[in-house]
Amino acid sequence: MSEHFNIEIVNPEKSFLSKENVSEVVIPAFEGEIGILKDHIPIISFLKPGIIKVFTGTEEENYYVEDGIVEFKDNSLSILTSSIFNLKDIDNNHINNSILEAEKELSKDEIDDQKRFLLNHKVEVLKSLSIN
Amino acid sequence: MPSLDDLKKRISSVKSTQKITKAMKMVAASKLRRAQENAEKGRPYSDKMNNIILNLSNSITDKENSPKLLAGSGEDKVHLCIVMTSDRGLCGGFNTNIIKKAKTYFQKILDAGKTLKIITVGSKGYDQLKRIYKENIIEKISFKESKYANYFDADKVGKIIIDKFEKKEFDVCAIFYNQFKNVITQIPQEQQIIPLKTSESEGSSSEDNYEFEPEEDEILSNLLPKNISTQIFKAMLENSASEQGSRMSAMDNATRNAGEMVDKLTIQYNRSRQAAITKELIEIISGAESL
Repeated sequence: MSEHFNIEIVNPEKSFLSKENVSEVVIPAFEGEIGILKDHIPIISFLKPGIIKVFTGTEEENYYVEDGIVEFKDNSLSILTSSIFNLKDIDNNHINNSILEAEKELSKDEIDDQKRFLLNHKVEVLKSLSIN
Repeated sequence: MPSLDDLKKRISSVKSTQKITKAMKMVAASKLRRAQENAEKGRPYSDKMNNIILNLSNSITDKENSPKLLAGSGEDKVHLCIVMTSDRGLCGGFNTNIIKKAKTYFQKILDAGKTLKIITVGSKGYDQLKRIYKENIIEKISFKESKYANYFDADKVGKIIIDKFEKKEFDVCAIFYNQFKNVITQIPQEQQIIPLKTSESEGSSSEDNYEFEPEEDEILSNLLPKNISTQIFKAMLENSASEQGSRMSAMDNATRNAGEMVDKLTIQYNRSRQAAITKELIEIISGAESL
């Protein structure tokens, strides 16, 4: 038995990524990072801003997501997200812009605690990205 | 009997119309390919979303306390209809079909004594509906600037709907759009999005015991607003493919009709030219004979 499972990442416009030989995926779930291996029990969760790590054999790919839903079932992992970027493709400019936007949003008064938490978290993740 | 000159003018005018319709057909055909591709690419997202929601709602045991977006507000008094049409004309029966479908629904609601509210997406729908339902239209949205249907626009519409729902401005929400089947056939659709109808898409296994993180209802209340945007987006994609398909076949017809007309006019032109020549000949001959 191989230790591989399927992953499919879709955004509203298209299927973003589809792979069949993934050995491990780490996702930034709402209540903490989850590492998913083959034969994980079925799970549904949603994402907070963070990095999705996809391991295929020795390769590792990183994607930045802002939100989304994860479903794992019968050894196939589906991630639905409206905003996802390959880390290779985003540059510092983009990151800095996003940080500024998020901070602007944070300075508003009417946002609730959950949103504030998510935004704070987003800024944190983005800042750690821009350092690297 | 039109004169030769008139016929000539008409032929050339029909020919230039034909050129335009032909060009429009070509443009629609290439846009159609793009729109169709987009519609197909967008399907997995909405399908998966549907599936997850189905699984979630099946595993919710406490139906009474499930989120309002899923269960509805418990009443059935005010209906909100989202009529999605195109921003441009010259696309055959595309807009008319949606409007017709919507109007029968409106009539049903008004007959039942319920309140009707309409949001039109796309300017053509507003133009056709404002005559009768002017006071029912609470908002008109148009995305003339966006070249292709995009999620950002759909999200805007979704947010408006949810905002209105939370303010308790309506109880039931339905969207109207054309589903793209092929170039010739587009089926006008009526889809209820609030409260969500899950029974129609049953069939996927609901026996899996999922692990939820966080709790089911929290996920659901997060997911349902997204689902509304997704459904709107799906409708927009289907609509834009349908619009191009409809325009393509309409323009194809128009081109063919113009061709037929040109043929007919050309025959008429030739006949009257020949008649004029014969007349002149007879005049000359009879003139010569009388000498």
